[in-house]
Amino acid sequence: MDSKHFHHALKISSEICMGCSHCMSVCPTEAIRVRNGKAILYENRCVDCGECFKACPVSAIYIDQDDFVRIQAYNYRIALVPAVFFGQFPEEVTHNQIYNAILANGFTHIYEVEMGVDLLVDEVKAYAKSHPEKKPLISSFCPAIIRLVQVKFPALTENIILLKPPLDITALYCRKELTDKGVNPAEIGVFYITPCAAKIAAIKSPVGEDYSMITGVINMDTLYNKVYKFIRNDRSLNPKQNSYRPLSKTALEWTLTRGEASHVPGRSLAIDEIHNVIEFLEKIENDEIGDIDFLELRACDESCAGGVLLSANRFLVAERLRAYSKAETKGLNKTEGILAYKEYLLRRMNIQSINPRSMMKLDENMEIAMRKMEKSGRMLQCLPLTDCGACGAPNCQAFANDIALGEADIRQCIFIQKNREQTGELSPDESLEMLKSIWGNDKFFSNSK
Amino acid sequence: MQFEYSIEAGNFTKAGDASSSFKKILKQLNVDPQIIKRIVVSLYEGEVNIVAHANGGKVICEVDPSRVYIQLIDKGPGIPDIPKAMQAGYSTASAKVREMGFGAGMGLQNIKNNADELIINSEVGVGTKLEIIVNLPHS
Repeated sequence: MDSKHFHHALKISSEICMGCSHCMSVCPTEAIRVRNGKAILYENRCVDCGECFKACPVSAIYIDQDDFVRIQAYNYRIALVPAVFFGQFPEEVTHNQIYNAILANGFTHIYEVEMGVDLLVDEVKAYAKSHPEKKPLISSFCPAIIRLVQVKFPALTENIILLKPPLDITALYCRKELTDKGVNPAEIGVFYITPCAAKIAAIKSPVGEDYSMITGVINMDTLYNKVYKFIRNDRSLNPKQNSYRPLSKTALEWTLTRGEASHVPGRSLAIDEIHNVIEFLEKIENDEIGDIDFLELRACDESCAGGVLLSANRFLVAERLRAYSKAETKGLNKTEGILAYKEYLLRRMNIQSINPRSMMKLDENMEIAMRKMEKSGRMLQCLPLTDCGACGAPNCQAFANDIALGEADIRQCIFIQKNREQTGELSPDESLEMLKSIWGNDKFFSNSK
Repeated sequence: MQFEYSIEAGNFTKAGDASSSFKKILKQLNVDPQIIKRIVVSLYEGEVNIVAHANGGKVICEVDPSRVYIQLIDKGPGIPDIPKAMQAGYSTASAKVREMGFGAGMGLQNIKNNADELIINSEVGVGTKLEIIVNLPHS
């Protein structure tokens, strides 16, 4: 898996990008640089967390989704909808209205993603019991976290729980339920309504799985806009009543912060937001924190309620789901329907081991890596340590590494340029060309245009 | 290559900084993740010992393609009885240190378990020098 090319759902439109470098400064894995006035991505370092997407002031970073009309290629069009989708709407919008609106937009069936949770929760507990040597166990729920562990904390890949996340379980379930009713599998299209970029990337190049059960991905904001528009314009007096299978409390709250950790016995911690996760994993990796049994780690603040493709405020989404779960799931311990397929699904619950793919190494060969590190160290001593980003790298250390890796030139540093102009080693014209190669031609002389 | 870090006495908030810095270097040098873990766990234990017991000290980490050699040198009380200090659970840590989650008496034992070689030299009233060696397999 190390050598496999990883799909990224996050894309940068070079037409829209104005090379402002906001994305470069927020990227938690230092995966972005600016060249020729445009942001570029080091794909092996990107974990699809979506921080850059949130930071971009001109929406030049977009999340690649499947064309909505693609659903029409299938006779059975399943929308796999996460619970947070429902939490985006104002309180007066009913579950039934949202169902009607999703169906009116072309889907024939709706499955809520967290249906798989009630099977998973017992499996996670059993897994924790049977793998005491791998503590702390790390949840496989958030795909951005799995990628983060692979690239930045490779020693911890073996702590990841090798069980399918709820999405994959529910995808298997909905296909099985329909084919058992005699539907031809080729006529089933399963479309996941995603709250984030990482889930798309995980579907297009699954980690720990050979292939994905999901046909396509629709961004949550796309469906939200279609659904909300329908609801706002729906004047029908007798809306169709859908019979939907309510989720259990456990399932409904699974994707919120503490949704998993609160069910795993022992010392279980829930940490959300990618920088918080990085800070914590640094300590776990040093063995500074012992005796932890389970870690629920989520890349987004407020977990999936804070997914970058949600339209509503993350705190409101979380609050609405919790309120809904309190009001609607009284006495419901298990989500109905899926339990009939328990045996079938439990046999397919495991995923393959997850391999490290460290992005930090300067070279495969240690001796060459050492030479590059020495070079990087020498370069760093010449640099101003201001982390100004004018060289097109996020900080002086990253720039020094880029030079050592042969991906940058020390004369890209504006402090070096000034020094060399003074000594005559660099002409003002050369210095300007250097800056243009980073920030593009159109950022210069813009006042005289 | 050699890297040196100074360790401040009594500052537990910074205990682990040297381990984290050296860990980053080992990752850049493409050392096997599981071996990095053993090195860093040993180094961290040694680092905490200096913070907790000594009047400051330093860590010198040397890395070459065959091995990592770490020296932890402190000015401190020294260890009067090394075999006793090596026993699991033996601790001289104060209640305050224990409250912070340190001083369970597993430190030296933990280093020994993770390192390929551990050499302890100590002189009472002068200081302690720990030498830790972790071999790197040929890749």
